[in-house]
Amino acid sequence: MEKVIFYILAIIMVASAIASVSNRKMLRSVVYLLFVLIGAAGLYFLMDYNFLAAIQLTVYAGGIVVLIIFSVLLIQHIEMELEVAKPARRWFTALLCLLGLSIFLATIYSHPFAVTQTSSTTTVAEIGHALLSFEKGGFILPFEVISVLLLAAMIGAIVIAKGGKEIEPKKPIEDMEFEKILKEAKIKAEEKILEKEATV
Amino acid sequence: MIPGVSITEILTLTSILFFIGVYGFITRKNLISILISVELILNSSVVNFVVINKYLYPEMLQGMVYSIFIIAVAAAETALAVAIIINVYRRLSSVEVRETETMKY
Repeated sequence: MEKVIFYILAIIMVASAIASVSNRKMLRSVVYLLFVLIGAAGLYFLMDYNFLAAIQLTVYAGGIVVLIIFSVLLIQHIEMELEVAKPARRWFTALLCLLGLSIFLATIYSHPFAVTQTSSTTTVAEIGHALLSFEKGGFILPFEVISVLLLAAMIGAIVIAKGGKEIEPKKPIEDMEFEKILKEAKIKAEEKILEKEATV
Repeated sequence: MIPGVSITEILTLTSILFFIGVYGFITRKNLISILISVELILNSSVVNFVVINKYLYPEMLQGMVYSIFIIAVAAAETALAVAIIINVYRRLSSVEVRETETMKY
Protein backbone atom coordinates (compact mmCIF):
# COMPACT_ATOMS: atom_id res chain seq x y z
CA MET A 1 0.00 0.00 0.00
CA GLU A 2 2.71 2.47 1.02
CA LYS A 3 4.73 1.45 -2.00
CA VAL A 4 1.86 2.34 -4.34
CA ILE A 5 1.33 5.68 -2.60
CA PHE A 6 5.05 6.43 -2.81
CA TYR A 7 5.15 5.74 -6.54
CA ILE A 8 2.07 7.88 -7.17
CA LEU A 9 3.66 10.73 -5.20
CA ALA A 10 6.96 10.30 -7.04
CA ILE A 11 5.29 10.45 -10.45
CA ILE A 12 3.29 13.52 -9.45
CA MET A 13 6.41 15.25 -8.10
CA VAL A 14 8.62 14.56 -11.11
CA ALA A 15 5.90 15.48 -13.63
CA SER A 16 5.07 18.70 -11.78
CA ALA A 17 8.75 19.62 -11.47
CA ILE A 18 9.30 19.16 -15.21
CA ALA A 19 6.15 21.17 -15.94
CA SER A 20 7.31 23.84 -13.50
CA VAL A 21 10.63 24.45 -15.21
CA SER A 22 9.32 24.16 -18.78
CA ASN A 23 5.96 25.96 -18.66
CA ARG A 24 5.91 29.30 -20.43
CA LYS A 25 3.27 30.90 -18.24
CA MET A 26 4.75 32.01 -14.96
CA LEU A 27 1.70 31.60 -12.73
CA ARG A 28 1.23 28.02 -13.90
CA SER A 29 4.81 27.15 -13.12
CA VAL A 30 4.33 28.49 -9.57
CA VAL A 31 1.25 26.28 -9.15
CA TYR A 32 3.22 23.26 -10.39
CA LEU A 33 5.88 24.10 -7.79
CA LEU A 34 3.10 23.96 -5.21
CA PHE A 35 2.30 20.40 -6.32
CA VAL A 36 5.95 19.38 -5.86
CA LEU A 37 6.02 20.85 -2.35
CA ILE A 38 2.78 19.12 -1.36
CA GLY A 39 4.20 15.85 -2.71
CA ALA A 40 7.23 16.30 -0.46
CA ALA A 41 4.86 16.84 2.48
CA GLY A 42 3.17 13.57 1.53
CA LEU A 43 6.57 11.84 1.65
CA TYR A 44 7.11 13.16 5.17
CA PHE A 45 3.69 11.85 6.20
CA LEU A 46 4.62 8.45 4.76
CA MET A 47 7.84 8.49 6.78
CA ASP A 48 5.89 9.27 9.94
CA TYR A 49 7.37 12.75 10.40
CA ASN A 50 4.10 14.55 11.01
CA PHE A 51 5.62 17.72 12.46
CA LEU A 52 7.91 18.22 9.49
CA ALA A 53 5.05 17.62 7.09
CA ALA A 54 3.01 20.28 8.89
CA ILE A 55 5.94 22.71 8.66
CA GLN A 56 6.34 21.93 4.98
CA LEU A 57 2.67 22.61 4.31
CA THR A 58 2.50 25.84 6.30
CA VAL A 59 5.86 27.43 5.49
CA TYR A 60 6.51 26.22 1.95
CA ALA A 61 3.06 25.69 0.51
CA GLY A 62 1.37 28.36 2.56
CA GLY A 63 4.05 31.03 2.81
CA ILE A 64 6.63 30.83 0.06
CA VAL A 65 4.30 29.90 -2.78
CA VAL A 66 1.85 32.66 -1.85
CA LEU A 67 4.75 35.14 -1.71
CA ILE A 68 5.94 34.12 -5.19
CA ILE A 69 2.40 34.30 -6.56
CA PHE A 70 2.06 37.83 -5.15
CA SER A 71 5.29 38.90 -6.79
CA VAL A 72 4.21 37.38 -10.12
CA LEU A 73 0.91 39.25 -9.95
CA LEU A 74 2.67 42.50 -9.03
CA ILE A 75 5.21 42.23 -11.78
CA GLN A 76 3.50 41.07 -14.90
CA HIS A 77 0.33 40.11 -16.64
CA ILE A 78 -0.93 36.60 -16.09
CA GLU A 79 -1.15 35.81 -19.75
CA MET A 80 2.29 37.07 -20.67
CA GLU A 81 4.50 34.32 -22.06
CA LEU A 82 8.09 33.93 -21.00
CA GLU A 83 10.92 33.81 -23.44
CA VAL A 84 12.90 30.61 -23.35
CA ALA A 85 16.53 29.86 -24.07
CA LYS A 86 17.73 28.77 -27.48
CA PRO A 87 17.03 25.09 -28.26
CA ALA A 88 20.73 24.28 -28.62
CA ARG A 89 21.42 25.70 -25.18
CA ARG A 90 18.45 23.83 -23.71
CA TRP A 91 19.57 20.51 -25.15
CA PHE A 92 23.12 21.09 -23.97
CA THR A 93 21.90 21.85 -20.43
CA ALA A 94 19.61 18.82 -20.42
CA LEU A 95 22.52 16.65 -21.52
CA LEU A 96 24.73 18.03 -18.76
CA CYS A 97 21.99 17.46 -16.19
CA LEU A 98 21.51 13.87 -17.38
CA LEU A 99 25.25 13.34 -17.05
CA GLY A 100 25.24 14.67 -13.49
CA LEU A 101 22.17 12.60 -12.66
CA SER A 102 23.82 9.44 -13.95
CA ILE A 103 26.88 10.14 -11.79
CA PHE A 104 24.63 10.67 -8.78
CA LEU A 105 22.70 7.47 -9.44
CA ALA A 106 25.88 5.45 -9.97
CA THR A 107 27.14 6.68 -6.61
CA ILE A 108 23.84 6.00 -4.86
CA TYR A 109 23.45 2.48 -6.22
CA SER A 110 27.04 1.48 -5.54
CA HIS A 111 27.11 2.77 -1.96
CA PRO A 112 26.19 0.16 0.68
CA PHE A 113 23.69 1.89 2.94
CA ALA A 114 23.54 0.41 6.44
CA VAL A 115 19.77 0.63 6.70
CA THR A 116 18.46 -0.15 10.15
CA GLN A 117 15.26 -2.11 10.50
CA THR A 118 14.18 -0.44 13.72
CA SER A 119 11.56 2.20 13.28
CA SER A 120 10.79 4.78 15.91
CA THR A 121 8.22 7.54 15.94
CA THR A 122 9.47 11.03 16.71
CA THR A 123 7.12 13.07 18.81
CA VAL A 124 6.87 16.85 18.72
CA ALA A 125 7.95 17.01 22.37
CA GLU A 126 11.28 15.34 21.54
CA ILE A 127 11.93 17.86 18.77
CA GLY A 128 11.13 20.74 21.09
CA HIS A 129 13.46 19.41 23.79
CA ALA A 130 16.25 18.90 21.24
CA LEU A 131 15.81 22.41 19.84
CA LEU A 132 16.03 24.09 23.22
CA SER A 133 18.48 21.92 25.15
CA PHE A 134 21.87 23.20 26.32
CA GLU A 135 23.39 19.73 26.68
CA LYS A 136 25.48 17.79 24.22
CA GLY A 137 23.54 17.34 21.00
CA GLY A 138 21.23 20.25 21.76
CA PHE A 139 20.39 22.85 19.15
CA ILE A 140 19.94 26.02 21.20
CA LEU A 141 22.66 27.99 19.37
CA PRO A 142 21.47 27.32 15.79
CA PHE A 143 17.93 27.95 16.98
CA GLU A 144 18.83 31.42 18.27
CA VAL A 145 20.94 32.16 15.18
CA ILE A 146 18.03 31.26 12.93
CA SER A 147 15.72 33.56 14.88
CA VAL A 148 18.17 36.46 14.44
CA LEU A 149 18.43 35.57 10.75
CA LEU A 150 14.66 35.69 10.35
CA LEU A 151 14.51 39.08 12.07
CA ALA A 152 17.30 40.42 9.85
CA ALA A 153 15.58 39.06 6.73
CA MET A 154 12.30 40.66 7.75
CA ILE A 155 13.85 44.10 8.32
CA GLY A 156 15.96 43.78 5.18
CA ALA A 157 12.95 42.85 3.05
CA ILE A 158 11.02 45.87 4.35
CA VAL A 159 13.95 48.25 3.75
CA ILE A 160 14.67 46.92 0.25
CA ALA A 161 11.06 46.78 -0.92
CA LYS A 162 10.22 50.22 0.45
CA GLY A 163 12.98 51.77 -1.64
CA GLY A 164 14.99 54.88 -0.88
CA LYS A 165 14.79 58.32 -2.48
CA GLU A 166 14.51 58.27 -6.23
CA ILE A 167 17.93 58.97 -7.63
CA GLU A 168 18.00 61.69 -10.29
CA PRO A 169 20.21 60.88 -13.24
CA LYS A 170 23.28 63.10 -13.17
CA LYS A 171 23.64 65.53 -16.06
CA PRO A 172 26.80 65.08 -18.10
CA ILE A 173 29.50 67.70 -17.51
CA GLU A 174 29.43 68.97 -21.10
CA ASP A 175 25.78 69.85 -20.73
CA MET A 176 26.49 71.80 -17.56
CA GLU A 177 29.31 73.79 -19.19
CA PHE A 178 27.14 74.53 -22.15
CA GLU A 179 24.42 75.80 -19.87
CA LYS A 180 26.95 78.03 -18.05
CA ILE A 181 28.09 79.61 -21.31
CA LEU A 182 24.49 80.10 -22.35
CA LYS A 183 23.71 81.82 -19.06
CA GLU A 184 26.71 84.17 -19.34
CA ALA A 185 25.76 85.07 -22.92
CA LYS A 186 22.24 85.81 -21.78
CA ILE A 187 23.46 88.10 -18.97
CA LYS A 188 25.77 89.95 -21.39
CA ALA A 189 22.95 90.42 -23.88
CA GLU A 190 20.69 91.80 -21.16
CA GLU A 191 23.44 94.21 -20.03
CA LYS A 192 23.87 95.43 -23.62
CA ILE A 193 20.14 96.00 -23.95
CA LEU A 194 20.17 97.95 -20.69
CA GLU A 195 23.13 100.08 -21.91
CA LYS A 196 21.34 100.80 -25.18
CA GLU A 197 18.20 101.85 -23.30
CA ALA A 198 20.31 104.08 -21.05
CA THR A 199 21.96 105.82 -24.07
CA VAL A 200 18.58 106.27 -25.74
CA MET B 1 10.91 3.99 7.11
CA ILE B 2 8.34 3.47 4.40
CA PRO B 3 7.48 -0.26 4.20
CA GLY B 4 8.46 -1.74 0.85
CA VAL B 5 10.41 1.31 -0.36
CA SER B 6 14.19 1.22 -0.19
CA ILE B 7 16.38 4.24 0.50
CA THR B 8 17.86 4.17 -3.02
CA GLU B 9 14.46 4.75 -4.61
CA ILE B 10 13.82 7.87 -2.57
CA LEU B 11 17.37 9.13 -3.20
CA THR B 12 16.78 8.57 -6.93
CA LEU B 13 13.61 10.65 -6.74
CA THR B 14 15.39 13.50 -4.94
CA SER B 15 18.32 13.42 -7.39
CA ILE B 16 15.90 13.70 -10.31
CA LEU B 17 14.19 16.67 -8.63
CA PHE B 18 17.56 18.29 -7.92
CA PHE B 19 18.68 18.09 -11.54
CA ILE B 20 15.32 19.33 -12.83
CA GLY B 21 15.91 22.34 -10.58
CA VAL B 22 19.44 22.80 -11.97
CA TYR B 23 18.10 22.60 -15.52
CA GLY B 24 15.51 25.28 -14.79
CA PHE B 25 18.10 27.45 -13.04
CA ILE B 26 20.30 27.47 -16.14
CA THR B 27 17.73 27.70 -18.92
CA ARG B 28 15.23 30.18 -17.46
CA LYS B 29 15.64 33.85 -18.33
CA ASN B 30 13.42 35.35 -15.67
CA LEU B 31 14.31 36.18 -12.08
CA ILE B 32 11.13 34.69 -10.60
CA SER B 33 11.51 31.47 -12.58
CA ILE B 34 15.07 31.18 -11.30
CA LEU B 35 13.71 31.62 -7.77
CA ILE B 36 11.26 28.76 -8.40
CA SER B 37 14.11 26.52 -9.58
CA VAL B 38 16.12 27.35 -6.45
CA GLU B 39 13.11 26.32 -4.35
CA LEU B 40 13.06 22.96 -6.18
CA ILE B 41 16.75 22.39 -5.44
CA LEU B 42 16.37 23.33 -1.76
CA ASN B 43 13.32 21.12 -1.36
CA SER B 44 15.04 18.07 -2.82
CA SER B 45 17.98 18.56 -0.44
CA VAL B 46 15.57 18.81 2.51
CA VAL B 47 13.95 15.51 1.51
CA ASN B 48 17.44 13.98 1.32
CA PHE B 49 18.25 15.06 4.89
CA VAL B 50 14.99 13.62 6.18
CA VAL B 51 15.31 10.32 4.30
CA ILE B 52 18.88 9.67 5.47
CA ASN B 53 17.86 10.50 9.03
CA LYS B 54 14.90 8.14 8.90
CA TYR B 55 16.57 5.19 7.20
CA LEU B 56 20.05 5.21 8.71
CA TYR B 57 19.71 6.83 12.15
CA PRO B 58 16.04 6.65 13.16
CA GLU B 59 16.71 7.42 16.83
CA MET B 60 18.59 10.68 16.07
CA LEU B 61 17.08 14.10 15.36
CA GLN B 62 19.90 15.85 13.49
CA GLY B 63 18.56 15.50 9.95
CA MET B 64 15.12 16.59 10.97
CA VAL B 65 16.31 19.68 12.90
CA TYR B 66 18.57 20.70 10.02
CA SER B 67 15.73 20.34 7.56
CA ILE B 68 13.68 22.69 9.76
CA PHE B 69 16.59 25.16 9.62
CA ILE B 70 16.83 24.80 5.83
CA ILE B 71 13.11 25.54 5.52
CA ALA B 72 13.53 28.68 7.66
CA VAL B 73 16.52 29.85 5.59
CA ALA B 74 14.54 29.19 2.40
CA ALA B 75 11.67 31.32 3.70
CA ALA B 76 14.06 34.19 4.56
CA GLU B 77 15.78 33.88 1.20
CA THR B 78 12.50 33.97 -0.69
CA ALA B 79 11.28 37.06 1.18
CA LEU B 80 14.52 38.92 0.43
CA ALA B 81 14.59 37.77 -3.19
CA VAL B 82 11.02 38.89 -3.78
CA ALA B 83 11.82 42.29 -2.24
CA ILE B 84 14.87 42.66 -4.49
CA ILE B 85 12.91 41.56 -7.58
CA ILE B 86 10.15 44.08 -6.90
CA ASN B 87 12.73 46.85 -6.45
CA VAL B 88 14.50 45.85 -9.68
CA TYR B 89 11.16 45.90 -11.47
CA ARG B 90 10.46 49.39 -10.15
CA ARG B 91 13.77 50.68 -11.50
CA LEU B 92 14.02 48.81 -14.78
CA SER B 93 10.38 47.84 -15.53
CA SER B 94 11.58 44.32 -16.26
CA VAL B 95 12.65 41.19 -14.41
CA GLU B 96 14.60 39.59 -17.25
CA VAL B 97 18.13 38.52 -16.43
CA ARG B 98 19.75 40.33 -19.34
CA GLU B 99 18.30 43.67 -18.22
CA THR B 100 19.93 43.33 -14.82
CA GLU B 101 23.47 42.72 -15.99
CA THR B 102 24.89 45.67 -14.07
CA MET B 103 24.33 46.15 -10.37
CA LYS B 104 24.81 49.92 -10.63
CA TYR B 105 22.08 52.50 -10.65
